[in-house]
Amino acid sequence: MKRKLEISELIFKIISYLFLTVFALCCLYPFVYAISASLSGIDAVEHNEIILFPKAVQFEAFKRMFKDNMFWNSYSNTLFLTFYGTIWSLGVSILGAYALSKKRLMFRKVFNFYLVFTMWFSAGLVPQYLNYLKTQTVFRTFGITDDKWLVVIAMGMGAMNIILLRNAFEGVPSEIEEAAVVDGATELQVLSKIYIPMSKSTIATVALFFGISRWNGYFWARQMITNQNEHPLQVFVRLKLEEFTDPDQMTGWNEVYATDSVIYALVVCSIVPIIIIYPFIQKYFAKGVNMGGVKE
Amino acid sequence: MKAKASDYLKYDETTGIYTEDPEQAVRDDVEKHYWLNVLRTIGKDWRLYLMLVPMILVFLFWRYFPMYELLGSFKVYDVVKPVAKQNFQGFSAFKILIVGSESTRFWMALRNTFLLSFYGLCFGFPMPIIVALFFNEIRSNIARSAYQVLTYLPKFMSTVVMTTLVTLLLKQGSIIGGMGIVSQFLAKIGIVSEEVAYSGILKNPEFFRAIYQITGIWEGAGYDSIVYFAAIIAISPTSYEAAQIDGAGKMAQMRYVVLPSILSTVVIMLITRIGSLLSIGYEKVLLLYNPNTYTTADVVSTLSYRLGIENNIKSVASAAEMMNNVVGMLLVIGANTIARKASNVSLY
Repeated sequence: MKRKLEISELIFKIISYLFLTVFALCCLYPFVYAISASLSGIDAVEHNEIILFPKAVQFEAFKRMFKDNMFWNSYSNTLFLTFYGTIWSLGVSILGAYALSKKRLMFRKVFNFYLVFTMWFSAGLVPQYLNYLKTQTVFRTFGITDDKWLVVIAMGMGAMNIILLRNAFEGVPSEIEEAAVVDGATELQVLSKIYIPMSKSTIATVALFFGISRWNGYFWARQMITNQNEHPLQVFVRLKLEEFTDPDQMTGWNEVYATDSVIYALVVCSIVPIIIIYPFIQKYFAKGVNMGGVKE
Repeated sequence: MKAKASDYLKYDETTGIYTEDPEQAVRDDVEKHYWLNVLRTIGKDWRLYLMLVPMILVFLFWRYFPMYELLGSFKVYDVVKPVAKQNFQGFSAFKILIVGSESTRFWMALRNTFLLSFYGLCFGFPMPIIVALFFNEIRSNIARSAYQVLTYLPKFMSTVVMTTLVTLLLKQGSIIGGMGIVSQFLAKIGIVSEEVAYSGILKNPEFFRAIYQITGIWEGAGYDSIVYFAAIIAISPTSYEAAQIDGAGKMAQMRYVVLPSILSTVVIMLITRIGSLLSIGYEKVLLLYNPNTYTTADVVSTLSYRLGIENNIKSVASAAEMMNNVVGMLLVIGANTIARKASNVSLY
């Protein structure tokens, strides 16, 4: 049935396009501006002459960043934290979620409550800090002096992600498992040959949640990693910002690029990996939210 | 429970004879050796339980042990002694917060915590719904995907990147250079006065809440719309057609077709949101506030961060968080109970 657009419908459509366009541009603009500002000359940055495109293009700000060993250090630390952190969190979560998804598990309700309670009540920042300090001492007595391992092992586990995985595993029909068990499959084989392949998309989603949160992790890394050489990128960005916006510490003054450009360059470097993989992972995130939102 | 004599005897109605129930002996055995049987079941499935162990330990060490540290709010903090052996000081830490020397700051922080969430509920909560309604109007798939890709993007940026950009874009003016470009824009269109923009919008307590909400919407409105959008596209097209035949205009369709179908999602999201009224993320606040804006920006967790980690008054800091989080937990449990009662949908 073809009919004419009603006036109210047309107006609503126009408003939708207008609103979404403005909102989408607002979402994009800061990043575009950051790229332009990192590439612009000092006068253009300090006097706000950049609107969209870089002016008086220079690459010195990026060069200065790339010459900084600390920058590469922090980059590799972030890669380390993201890689091992994701593997650790995902491994522990998959194993736990698999066991929890089994109806025959005794005290299943108790274990579930054990998990869910942490979503209701958290001890808070200072008790957590004291606890991490103790963990640090324990790790040190075991000879693990690299605080990155503390961040990898002790942080970033969440009950919500385990519940997402558990729900996905519960959706796998038990007949397949029974058939495999009859054929003599062990528990680990059932998990790796049946459950993991059959819940691939949920596992991908959860892995991405972990990966992004590890890449973006800041607060505890700054509190707990004492050695400067082990700081991840986010901490490095923040420390540079604090250093450069503190008027007493205006070092490295020059006439080619503004200090802001260095920070913009850093921000650009830290978001480039996410921007690159983002188009590929975007659909998984949408899926993950819908799974986690409401559970009947 | 001890088995009664009658449990052993089974009455047969047709013959009228009591016979011994053979199953009762088994039941007795199960009862007598309850824990042995538990162990036997666990033993049979020991691999399954072994898989649980890492998860249980991680949560025990780094989620439950910190709760034990909360005991410190009743003790005199001492680095060398474990919490259990520190000297008991009763409720004095709580007293300091509620009526004592820290009371002004504590009540202010509690008020700020509540207000930041509450304004988030008023402004941040409806935004994703509106965005989802607008997404629904975009018929072209390519255009819609483009909008979605762009509006979800900020969610994946770290808090550090976001606050760094905010700090630079709202930078104060100085002799060497002008103010940040957004400051300049806001001053030009008259939202903030020239002096305020020049002296730094982030240093002005009046604007902290607005900045917090706007960045919150910028980060989350696109991404959070996914849930609502999923509910909207689940509406069958025949519902719209039926409404159109009945002469419903766009607004009437919104009112009678779209809103009722997303209502349950909205209600559940709203209840969750109310449940987390007191759990404000500290990271964003810590990265955006400064001593000039404590009056509007300081929340309980940031106050306790300064007290406990910077000023080393651990017991008072723990007490502050304990009060905040206990009330927060009651809110969450209450919200979950209401959600379950209202819609038969449990959140967790």
